[in-house]
Amino acid sequence: MSILVLAEHHDGHLAEGTAHVVAAARQIAEHSGADIDVLVAGEGVAAIAEAAAGLEGVARVRVADHAVYGHQLAEPLGDLLVALADDYSHVLAAGSTTGKNALPRLAALKGTQQISEIIAVVSADTFKRPVYAGNAIATVQSADALKVITVRPTAFDAVAEGGSASVEAVDTVVDNDLSSFIDEKLAQSDRPELGSAKVVVSGGRGMGNGENFKLLDGVADKLGAAIGASRAAVDAGFVPNDMQVGQTGKIVAPDLYIAVGISGAIQHMAGMKDSKIIVAINKDEEAPIFQVADYGLVGDLFELVPELEKKL
Amino acid sequence: MKVLVAVKRVIDYNVKIRVKPDNSDVDLTNVKMAMNPFCEIAVEEAVRLKEAGTASEVVAVSIGPKAAQEQLRTALALGADRALHVQTDERVESLGAARALAKVVEEEQPELMILGKQAIDSDNNQTGQMLAALTGRPQGTFASAIKVEGDSLEVIREVDGGLQTVSLKLPAIVTTDLRLNEPRYAKLPDIMKAKKKPLETRTPEEMGVEVASQLKLVSVEPPAERQGGVTVGSVDELVDKLKNEAKVIS
Ligand SMILES: Cc1cc2nc3c(=O)[nH]c(=O)nc-3n(C[C@H](O)[C@H](O)[C@H](O)COP(=O)(O)OP(=O)(O)OC[C@H]3O[C@@H](n4cnc5c(N)ncnc54)[C@H](O)[C@@H]3O)c2cc1C
Ligand SMILES: Cc1cc2nc3c(=O)[nH]c(=O)nc-3n(C[C@H](O)[C@H](O)[C@H](O)COP(=O)(O)OP(=O)(O)OC[C@H]3O[C@@H](n4cnc5c(N)ncnc54)[C@H](O)[C@@H]3O)c2cc1C
Repeated sequence: MSILVLAEHHDGHLAEGTAHVVAAARQIAEHSGADIDVLVAGEGVAAIAEAAAGLEGVARVRVADHAVYGHQLAEPLGDLLVALADDYSHVLAAGSTTGKNALPRLAALKGTQQISEIIAVVSADTFKRPVYAGNAIATVQSADALKVITVRPTAFDAVAEGGSASVEAVDTVVDNDLSSFIDEKLAQSDRPELGSAKVVVSGGRGMGNGENFKLLDGVADKLGAAIGASRAAVDAGFVPNDMQVGQTGKIVAPDLYIAVGISGAIQHMAGMKDSKIIVAINKDEEAPIFQVADYGLVGDLFELVPELEKKL
Repeated sequence: MKVLVAVKRVIDYNVKIRVKPDNSDVDLTNVKMAMNPFCEIAVEEAVRLKEAGTASEVVAVSIGPKAAQEQLRTALALGADRALHVQTDERVESLGAARALAKVVEEEQPELMILGKQAIDSDNNQTGQMLAALTGRPQGTFASAIKVEGDSLEVIREVDGGLQTVSLKLPAIVTTDLRLNEPRYAKLPDIMKAKKKPLETRTPEEMGVEVASQLKLVSVEPPAERQGGVTVGSVDELVDKLKNEAKVIS
């Protein structure tokens, strides 16, 4: 039995997360000896399939290219996965909003308890996953014949490129009269993707307003960083929702995370505490963020951030 | 239309959990429990639909131990009309919860069912999607706005890249994200009134659903602790440390 990885893609590009999920699949394959297939589902996705075929460790790319899979709505994607699942021992996807949306539908229809956001593979049926905002790591073992798993991409190093998998079309076309796509407003940014950036600069309520977030741009420009935010900054309308880092937002683990005007609530730390180096800039020396920061700078961000930009 | 909301009893979000010394599980003894914050948002949305005249009845459902009735009473105080408790001491996982909820949906036939996007204890983010699949209904997950339009529901969803709008054929399932609304607090007179509202208790056995877990919990460990670092005295010192000590910038 093989392992199936659902490819993540946006705007005609294979998303970085997929290479991390394939890495997790490879670790499972070391125990089970299985081949790894990647499923690319969408409309007009030939180029994405080519990119997926280049990922190391992938044996075969299966392409379901049809209008019904456009925008990767959960209902048709779930049904497609159900139609294909019998060939597989494991089905994996990134713990992204797409993976989280579709995979539980497959699990439910197959009577399987999904395992969410794994951070380590212990064996082909045993995995580690964070619970309680990352304050405990549970090791869970699944007795289900089909294992349905979402993967935390930051916990697995991406596989390299240079593979040459075969590419095959899947002709399964499912019906969908339940849901339809209306539109989307996607953030336009030249910055790296938050989830995979090497450096992240995040602002919190301390930024005061949305206008002040521009202060972070200068630092981010110099470091090639993505910009993130705390929930408080998103709720206050300073920045859009896709910038939220935390337990219920995005999980990041860059080489360098700079938290500016963020107090360090449990829910925020759950999303960034696996960063290699953490810097905190906060005027309150008692702020909990300093307990996890490698380098803490106590003072007014409105003086310190412009100075940091100048000195980088 | 009838609206069903699912509410889960979880640890209070302010509590920092500890792992038991024998690594068998987390220690929940004497820990403050509360309604899952995303479920509070679900209840609030249902109550607002009722206040707007869109919903005719709001029914709150919880699956869990006897004590989960506290959270159902909270839902009633917040404006739900009646409550249904599926009582079990099993550790119910998402699939079990979704199966029990699917049975309730079959019996109650709600036009809309609102759940939280994730429970803050297990952080699974599965139950709503599973319920949608089991009942053959469309799903609007991670919702930041919903609008009933005749026999369909328009849902604005918080996705990784921004916001996506979808149209779902009713009956449908919605899971809440943080920006859907700001939940109200229960007022004392409403808390008193809630004590008299109907709360029905049943067991999974009576309903003919299997909720027992299929996943074995092998062990639970604390995460690797981060060592706190140093306080630097100036921006110059910070830049120097990042370059020469941490070597994360050049
Ligand atoms: C269900 C649930 C889910 C949640 N999920 C998330 C999540 O995913 N991500 C998340 O981030 N939060 C989440 N939260 C919210 C979390 O609990 C905190 O409320 C939030 O993280 C606080 O954001 P903050 O640190 O920006 O604001 P605050 O806690 O208000 O901190 C602001 C900080 O800025 C500092 N400051 C102010 N002015 C200046 C200045 N001029 N110079 C320097 N420093 C200054 C202050 O000293 C303070 O430490 C969640 C909460 C709940 C209930
Ligand atoms: C350390 C740890 C280890 C665990 N190990 C195991 C294990 O080995 N086996 C096992 O079976 N379980 C285990 N669990 C429990 C299990 O993961 C969850 O309790 C279960 O997955 C319930 O779904 P959820 O809360 O994750 O649902 P989510 O999908 O995260 O919840 C989303 C929404 O679904 C609704 N919902 C979920 N549950 C209920 C409910 N009971 N009543 C009403 N509405 C509900 C709510 O609206 C909620 O907001 C473990 C939990 C922890 C923390």
